[in-house]
Amino acid sequence: MYTAQMKELIKKVEATRSERLGVQFERMTPQEKEEVLQENHPDYKEENFRELRLGKNKGDKVPLELADLIEAKSRLENINIDLSKIHYETDVLIIGGGGAGTAAALEATEKGAKVLLATKLRFGDANTIMAEGGIQAADKPEDSPAKHYIDVMGGGHFTNIPELVEALVKDAPEVIKWLNDFGVMFDKENDGRMITTHGGGTSIKRMHAAADYTGAEIMRVLRDEAINRDIEVVEFSPAVELLLDDEGKAAGAVLYNLETEEYLIAKAKTVILATGGAGRLHYQGFPTSNHYGATADGLVLGYRAGAKLIFADTIQYHPTGVAYPPQIFGALVTEKVRSIGATPLNIDGEQFVYHLETRDVEASAIIRECQIRKKGIKTPSGVEGVWLDTPLIDMLHGEGTLEKRVPGMLRMYQKFGIDMRKDPILVYPTLHYQNGGILINEHGETNVENLYVAGETSGGVHGNNRLMGNSLLDILVFGRRAGAHAGEKSKNIKVTGLSLEHINTYHKSLEENNIKTQRVAPMLLPQYTHGR
Amino acid sequence: MSQKEMVDIYILGKKYSVPESLTIMDSMEYAGYKLTRGCGCRSGFCGACATIYRIKGQKELKVNLACQTKVEDGMYLTQLPFFPGDKKAYNLEELEPNADTMVKLYPEIYSCIGCNSCTKGCSQDLNVMQYIAYAQRGDLENCAHSSFDCVMCGICASRCPANITHYQVGLLARRLTGKYIAAETEYLNERVEEIRQGKHDDSIKELMNKSINELKELYNTREIEK
Repeated sequence: MYTAQMKELIKKVEATRSERLGVQFERMTPQEKEEVLQENHPDYKEENFRELRLGKNKGDKVPLELADLIEAKSRLENINIDLSKIHYETDVLIIGGGGAGTAAALEATEKGAKVLLATKLRFGDANTIMAEGGIQAADKPEDSPAKHYIDVMGGGHFTNIPELVEALVKDAPEVIKWLNDFGVMFDKENDGRMITTHGGGTSIKRMHAAADYTGAEIMRVLRDEAINRDIEVVEFSPAVELLLDDEGKAAGAVLYNLETEEYLIAKAKTVILATGGAGRLHYQGFPTSNHYGATADGLVLGYRAGAKLIFADTIQYHPTGVAYPPQIFGALVTEKVRSIGATPLNIDGEQFVYHLETRDVEASAIIRECQIRKKGIKTPSGVEGVWLDTPLIDMLHGEGTLEKRVPGMLRMYQKFGIDMRKDPILVYPTLHYQNGGILINEHGETNVENLYVAGETSGGVHGNNRLMGNSLLDILVFGRRAGAHAGEKSKNIKVTGLSLEHINTYHKSLEENNIKTQRVAPMLLPQYTHGR
Repeated sequence: MSQKEMVDIYILGKKYSVPESLTIMDSMEYAGYKLTRGCGCRSGFCGACATIYRIKGQKELKVNLACQTKVEDGMYLTQLPFFPGDKKAYNLEELEPNADTMVKLYPEIYSCIGCNSCTKGCSQDLNVMQYIAYAQRGDLENCAHSSFDCVMCGICASRCPANITHYQVGLLARRLTGKYIAAETEYLNERVEEIRQGKHDDSIKELMNKSINELKELYNTREIEK
């Protein structure tokens, strides 16, 4: 329900609507983009970052909250772990049960490998399930992997690693086909043509979607397939430490049963980290669109084992998180809402930015409109936001469009008494995605032998800014690649002794670098007391 | 400073006073619970937080997702973090998109007595009984579309006297529809084949060898589809 005050402000939006309908706001020049980023993007607020004082990325900046977790001790410091008692023995241990982990499990199984998928919450609980807008792929005749390549590089400000982008765009059409063959219900015309849209920064409309449940649809199908193939999954068992062998190669993990509070040893020939993002660390106090378990566990585990990070100081804030009502503060309002015509407006009902700039630019423009130009709309809880003129959608494309293309969003707002078709919604940037992570090559390998990473936990493919629709693509391309490579490689691996010696080495390094702390990591789950 | 308006809720029968503006999920954390089960995406997509409740003084048993529902005064609640539904393993490649598949895998749908408890329990307001009816008839496409927004929370199955696991039936219908009934995308197959044959290798390698300035030029002058 909107307050009386907000309903008055909505009248301003309605007043300007007829003159705005169909009018294209101008895109920013490269110069204007640089300026709005430097001035407003949270990544440029130096005081919210610090240099790591130990490890492979010593001297590199990361967000304060992440630094706290990296410069921390193991949860196993005072626990007696008997490494001779093995609870699970497998070829490929996959840590994380989201899109990347499940894709890896399917491909590793195809190679004939024995797979164990360990997940912190339920199988399928991940950011994947909430991805709404779509997945990019250059399958249309008028499109090409080359065009996709240019879009990805431009979106990432040309910092992306070329081999990873090559893998991403060349595997993309095959991923769509793979999903389609598994029965994922992509939005299609009656003749089979995919219904595709633009995302921020795309040159061709290549976002494929399944209404606004794209991620959920993909996740539930892949999970179903994994269950059909009888792949072993152990739930509510996060990894708290990687195991290495006598030669420093990845050899499994120590799992922790959240419910029985027992530690379990999982021995493996190869390990794939697919633990997702870090939204629940709430960098710079932002709300987040991420699921409950997104606490950067994989970064901590990998870093402790000697893996290198890249672009760990580049965080994506989704331009449109819910700003009102407070019950769903920070929840995702998919970019698709803008792809199908909704435009951002300030308190005067005026558009102030092209509606589909890349996410970093769009988010910065919204922050600027509120913080610098003081033209945001204040909500009763004190949070500010800008309007997203959602009634434009049905006006532009016909009645029923919004309901058909973003039914999940419509339902979410209706539960709180707001009809997106009649009234605009209030949005503000929300912490959304970790652009960087553990550095991988085109097979998902890291600099630690037999340790792979896939999905949001990895870094390099998106450079310092990811485009919409490339994350669902990333997790499947590299999940499949890591799974296939690890599955194949595990055929010729013999694990020598198991060791947790790297924890002692890490603790010594904390001391040597003068880091005095009683903090332990990984965090596993965030703590919310809602003001008590 | 205004006082927050508080309400009394009963978590598993135990009374707690919580701010009335919070969702059920937030109020459990306010009360001191550190959630492990019953918490997932916190956004209404994953079905982890299905909550069953009754408001004191009302007869109706209600169901909703904890992350999407505000508390009410006198709310007596419990959660369903897991339901032992029946899931049949199958090879999609060996199935046909018709009623025979339903008979083979989920024959219990034909024992539906039409009580509509499933629909009444749905946290997503789906017409569950209707999509089961479509499945019975072998009308998989309509079953798929009617069940599409299902988050697999399990409430429907927990209320069913015929032991139907509705959300698995819907998922099967959707996979069969996506694979066999939806029209084939010819150009997708063609593009996949082109890439497999290496026809796009050179264009990409060329781009990989360009300098950042050359790429910038290409990026800033690229044509945008309207």
